[in-house]
Amino acid sequence: MSRNIALGGLLTALFTALALVSFLYTPHDIQTLDIPNKLQTPSGTNWLGTDHFGRDILSMIMMGARTSIAVAVLAVGIGICVGVPLGLLAAARRGSLLDEIIMRGNDLVFAFPSLVIAILITAIFGPSAINAIIAIGIFNIPVFARLSRGAALPIWERDFILAARVSGKSSFRISYEHILPNITNLMIVQGTIQFSLGILAEAALSYIGLGAQPPTASWGRMLADAQTLTSIAPHVALIPGLAIVLMVLGLNLLGDGLRDLLDPRIRRARA
Amino acid sequence: MIRFAAKRLLSLILSLIAASIVIFAVIEVIPGDPASFMLGVNARADTLDALRDQMGLNDPLPLRYINWIGGMLTGDFGTSWTYKTPVADLINDRIWVSLPLAIYALLLSTLIAFPAGIIAASRRGGPADISIMGATQLGVAIPNFWFAMILVLVFAINLRWFSAGGFPGWDNPALALKSLTLPAIALALPQAAILARVMRSSLLDNLGEDYIRTARAKGLTRRQALWRHAVRNALIPVLTIIGLQFSFLLAGGIIIEQVFFLPGLGRLIFQSISARDLIVVESVVMLLVFVVIVVNFAVDLAYATVDPRLRAKS
Repeated sequence: MSRNIALGGLLTALFTALALVSFLYTPHDIQTLDIPNKLQTPSGTNWLGTDHFGRDILSMIMMGARTSIAVAVLAVGIGICVGVPLGLLAAARRGSLLDEIIMRGNDLVFAFPSLVIAILITAIFGPSAINAIIAIGIFNIPVFARLSRGAALPIWERDFILAARVSGKSSFRISYEHILPNITNLMIVQGTIQFSLGILAEAALSYIGLGAQPPTASWGRMLADAQTLTSIAPHVALIPGLAIVLMVLGLNLLGDGLRDLLDPRIRRARA
Repeated sequence: MIRFAAKRLLSLILSLIAASIVIFAVIEVIPGDPASFMLGVNARADTLDALRDQMGLNDPLPLRYINWIGGMLTGDFGTSWTYKTPVADLINDRIWVSLPLAIYALLLSTLIAFPAGIIAASRRGGPADISIMGATQLGVAIPNFWFAMILVLVFAINLRWFSAGGFPGWDNPALALKSLTLPAIALALPQAAILARVMRSSLLDNLGEDYIRTARAKGLTRRQALWRHAVRNALIPVLTIIGLQFSFLLAGGIIIEQVFFLPGLGRLIFQSISARDLIVVESVVMLLVFVVIVVNFAVDLAYATVDPRLRAKS
């Protein structure tokens, strides 16, 4: 299964590197339009061709990787930073009213498809990459809250927790010092999966115009721009899509590999 | 079972109320006065106020909430501010695109996933299993709207088997179904990949159970034991996922509708957002959330009917 980690890690590293390099260097400047040079097929000067404004597609992909990764990382960050403490709190106070409130709150957020959250947020604040982050982040909160609560509950029954209690530690300290380290692996695996879902969600939101706005480059926006051009210049539509597929595939393989590596007992189906 | 159902029903109603309050509250904090948006910047103050009165915007918030919910319960979703027609009619026109699309996609997804999952599980580790699992890995990584664009490029533009978009209406059902075929495939494939994985792992779990060994000892071949016993038991978790996927397909259809220019709920909601026709946004969002909550309720009930252990737990 280390093959999964190798291939997944390679793809993830490749796109992360593209995103990082874009801060220092892109083959062409994507802010300047070069209309006479539009819709070129891949060549020596434009390795992946040019779009309908004559912008270099490779440079756009690099800048788009930046947007995708930033949105997905921050959205997963929101999910972990809010969801995991909520889940740990619910587990520490299991069976209480607080537990019930947190879990029912989770169910409520779960009832809103991520796209619907995005629509509501866009309806209020207008479309932007920040709002896409918030929408995907909110969607991630119940995922991490449920998972961390579920993982924490059996740990609370273990003897070493009893020992910690006897030694006078509060349930908050126990959660932080003993429960959290024991569920970190699980969170890393889930984080990788949510990261890949975040990339897909960002692309979808930008595609329908609810995410990153021009001039911010985004893979989803590139696809939206390319849609009417598929018959004239298929590569303009194919390349950004392939970038999304490879990035998501890489993260999923990495997640699978990490799960097998970190917890050989769990061989659950991904649903 | 009755106790369980009653308890679930109560939580269903509470969820619906909570969800409606959230949606109402969110829409209420949206900046911008729809009345002045409709009349333009040069509107006189008294005309504006009259329109606000007529739209019920001057009523206190709780009253407006109750009016909204009360109206919804009686099938009156209010009147669209831009179309000037009842929201219920607008939704009624569009739901007959979005709903059939979701059902069509769900059927396709199930038809693809069941055989794929069963073949993969029964030939675990073999070349068929490896290639099916590889395909599902790819399937979950492909954005459905990009897949839709490729389908258009290949089957509409190059081969000309289907039209690239639009919807002719249900006057001619065959034509209508044909125009929903590419969108349904695009929606279904990533979901089929997920479902096939669930089917496979659920089947593998069951194939390891004692009752399969008993069936084999009784003289059934591996294949017979699989089909007569394991598949039926493996279906339970799969049905749950199918239920969850339905709500996802209905909401996810919003994006696919954009690719194929289908006049469904997605188009309605985007037009309404840009026209600040919030009453339509509010109603469509509530409808989608309603479907999600009710489908989850139905899945819970179905699950508990099949598996009595779950009733005891809650």
